[in-house]
Amino acid sequence: MILNWLLLIPLLGGVVAWLVGLRRPMWSRWLSLAALGAYFILVLALWVTNVDRLTVATEQPWLLQFDSAWIPQIGARYHLALDGLSLVLLALTGLLSLLAVATSWQEIQDRVGFFHFNLLWAVAALTGVFLAVDLLLFSFFWEVMLVPLYLLIGIWGHERRIYATLKFVLFTQLGGLLMLVAILGLYFLHGDTTGIYTFDYQSLLGTNVAFPRLAFWLMLGFFAAFAVKLPAFPLHSWLPDAHTEAPTAGSVLLAGLVLKAGAYGFLRFLFPLFPQAAASFAPVAMGLGVIGILYGAVMAFAQTDLKRMVAYTSVSHMGFILLGVFSRHNLAWQGAVVIMVAHGLSTSGLFMLVGDLYQRLGTRDITRMGGLWTLAPRMSRIALMLALASLGLPGLVNFVGEYLVLVGVYKTNSWMAGAAAVGLVIATVYSLWMLQRIFTGENVAGWHIADYGRRELAIMTVVVVLLVGLGLYPQLLLNTTQTALTHLQATTAATESSVGQAQTLVQPYEQLPAAGGDGTAYSLERGK
Amino acid sequence: MIVTTSDLLAILPLIIVATTALVVMLAIAVRRVHRLTASLTLTGLTLAFVSLFVAARFAVRSVTPLLIVDGLGLAFLGLILAAGLVVTLFTYVYLERGVEQRDEHYLLLLIAILGTMALAMSVHWSAFFLGLETLGVALYSLIAYQAAQPRAIEAGIKYFTLAALSTAFVAFGIALIYADTGSLELDALTSLATEGSLLTLAGIVLVLVGIAFKLALVPFHQWSPDVYQGAAAPVTALIATISKAGVFAFFLRTSVVLALPLDSSYGLIVAVLAVASMFIGNLLALRQQNFKRLLAYSSVAHMGYLLIAVFAIETWALMGAIVYLAAYFVAVLAALGVLITLSGPTEEAETLEPYRGLFWRHPWLAAVLTLSMLSLAGFPLTAGFIGKVILVAGGIGNTLWGLVISLILSSIIGVYYYLRVIVVMFAPLPEGKTQAAALAVVPWSAWLGLAGLTVLLLWIGIYPSPFFATVEIVLGLGR
Repeated sequence: MILNWLLLIPLLGGVVAWLVGLRRPMWSRWLSLAALGAYFILVLALWVTNVDRLTVATEQPWLLQFDSAWIPQIGARYHLALDGLSLVLLALTGLLSLLAVATSWQEIQDRVGFFHFNLLWAVAALTGVFLAVDLLLFSFFWEVMLVPLYLLIGIWGHERRIYATLKFVLFTQLGGLLMLVAILGLYFLHGDTTGIYTFDYQSLLGTNVAFPRLAFWLMLGFFAAFAVKLPAFPLHSWLPDAHTEAPTAGSVLLAGLVLKAGAYGFLRFLFPLFPQAAASFAPVAMGLGVIGILYGAVMAFAQTDLKRMVAYTSVSHMGFILLGVFSRHNLAWQGAVVIMVAHGLSTSGLFMLVGDLYQRLGTRDITRMGGLWTLAPRMSRIALMLALASLGLPGLVNFVGEYLVLVGVYKTNSWMAGAAAVGLVIATVYSLWMLQRIFTGENVAGWHIADYGRRELAIMTVVVVLLVGLGLYPQLLLNTTQTALTHLQATTAATESSVGQAQTLVQPYEQLPAAGGDGTAYSLERGK
Repeated sequence: MIVTTSDLLAILPLIIVATTALVVMLAIAVRRVHRLTASLTLTGLTLAFVSLFVAARFAVRSVTPLLIVDGLGLAFLGLILAAGLVVTLFTYVYLERGVEQRDEHYLLLLIAILGTMALAMSVHWSAFFLGLETLGVALYSLIAYQAAQPRAIEAGIKYFTLAALSTAFVAFGIALIYADTGSLELDALTSLATEGSLLTLAGIVLVLVGIAFKLALVPFHQWSPDVYQGAAAPVTALIATISKAGVFAFFLRTSVVLALPLDSSYGLIVAVLAVASMFIGNLLALRQQNFKRLLAYSSVAHMGYLLIAVFAIETWALMGAIVYLAAYFVAVLAALGVLITLSGPTEEAETLEPYRGLFWRHPWLAAVLTLSMLSLAGFPLTAGFIGKVILVAGGIGNTLWGLVISLILSSIIGVYYYLRVIVVMFAPLPEGKTQAAALAVVPWSAWLGLAGLTVLLLWIGIYPSPFFATVEIVLGLGR
């Protein structure tokens, strides 16, 4: 039932914030803050109460679940479940959406109520994505997420918002529909062979091993959806546009959370459902990851629009995630999860910084900036921290994630790891270059700007403290997600090795009992 | 041929609608009171809807060789009558705005509904032909009903000419089938499923032309944008929903009988029609600035999607067809309802201009239209998503990958123009236009219709289980 509250709080909060906002915009801000605060506290409470169970490996992967009939006629259930991975992402959702409301305090002045309605509904849809373990329900939340984001960017965005939102929606919708087709394909594959027509995640695990060709195509359907959201290299072109035109809160949600939904999808659905197909596709996907890292970094370096630049750094960082998850090494998976959190914090921080700069300067053109350090020392120091985090300085959480990914990838494919490491060098160059152009040098344009006030400083302090705190003690994250990731890897490995042609890369977990025994037995039979 | 009481009870919905038409005619003869005429129509349609439960007790039952009362027919009758109620409500709202000759409109509406009901129940070529013509004749006059509007006359003549031509095709096709099989009963066609004669095949294809015309499938779609635009908005609603449902029901029936395999030549023709309609309909809608024409092209595409169900004949696919059609009806009726509500006494809100900034003037109307567009685009929370899931599932279940992929790709094109309508509604208000100028008073009857449609749209979209259960029961009648 607690899981339902995680959905209901933002849903109801959004409606109330909208209605209240028609008369009193200020109330709607406070109300959203309260609703998201309650949401965040609820997630933290779940974390604290389950902290002992998080590190204990069990047969049952879920810490908490809620299961009830949704559309029994076609075997779709309203099934929500929580494990360590979802928990981390929900905590990130709660935190970043609080920051998004706080950072919009002055930026958004018209239709305040409706703005917060959309923000909260986007949070609700994301929550659904991170919790749903019925494939149809997942697809439902996955697509519904688009609508509030579309309105957020389309109404409160900058000049070219219509173009950007259309591109965003068309890309993601195409991916989402291909995934829907793949889900239905899997549904019939499972139903036709076993007689049980269901969308349930755990029942569908290990379904399709007998039909490698079909499984490959179905896997590609899922890959399309997740790779667009992530975004992976050739499908990324919506992201710079959407980010550049979005209001700051929209960018925070997009970069901090929506992109993570793609990464989450890989870990939760793509690998466990299609282990073999994913394995055969891994070299391509890892190649795309490396290209994304380098391409994003180089493109970031070439931008003059500050927001666009930060957007391209996202492409680069998400390349690490793609590379990490498709290396299918346990360390790389843990690293990928750490990057999700790290990138969520640091890039959201950067986007908020860009938003603050834009409010003060009225421009995002880097070439027109310069010498802001003396004018706004507090802001500059924060910017320094964020840039250092983004370039992966040891001691900050981004470093932990990238390091783990590289270690894991190195064990799988040392060339890829080497190429990806070059991305880190370019990241250093563009981050420092950005700092130099904006904050040091001559103040040629003669800017006079105010330094950070209390609200902005508070927001940024939260971000920086977390970046440093988790950087020094990443064990907190690793402990939380370890059991969940182990489970996912065990499931992947079990189905994979059952056919006998797997090159298992997950040594530490091979001895674990195979999850989803029925599926394994069946696949052995058909695999002959 | 003895017609028993049971037979009469089984076709009670038809009888009630026919009687209502007579009563309305007599009432008009006595006194012209718009509200009374509309109420009589509404009452008749409501009674007919209720009588479906009576008819359901006698299913499956053949009434004369012409008609059958079965699950498929009753499900479509339910759709038609429910849509008829909404259309009547919107007609009332529309005609209240100072149109001169109001009352006969309802008479023609009832006759059109009667025709489609007969279509949905017919298992005999002559019943099909009669139903088609009853519908057609009522539609000719309805489209040209507002004779003061030159465009209405133009649309009426256009529709009449083309419809007459397509009827000729149908008649010729039926003649060929009769010449070959020696029977006008639909069941006599079964032979085609194995290896049909060329004569029958030619006949069926000619009938298909007539059906494709009524459904506005590419390449028989050219009339639809002009007629959608030229006809009064409530008539557009009638053409977009009810008239298509009846024809589609009959088409499904023939497909069930033919057990249509995709690799037969006939199946190939239908598949080509489907794919062409999906893509060309969506592409033509892309640049449309006129909202009614946009809806016309969008309906071309949606009928293309719907054809997937024709190939996947089992309960699952029949259910897909009905759920999809229901979702489509709700969305299109909601869209046209908003259009009617925003229309002035002289001019309809048919361009996109009246919708500019609608969200800031009329948030509720804009919300309804937004939901309707999202539903047509197939986004979740709305009925359109569930409809699409079921339809695609039916297609995949029968491994119709080509058709399913065409649906996906073309519906991405569709998302573009549906979102364009939403973008217009959320755009800032045009300069200099005060809020009051564009603000029409929304009558309660329009609210009633729109609220009902919105509830349905969300209900089917979020918790479709009860609806599915109902459809399942109806389709399973008599089994």
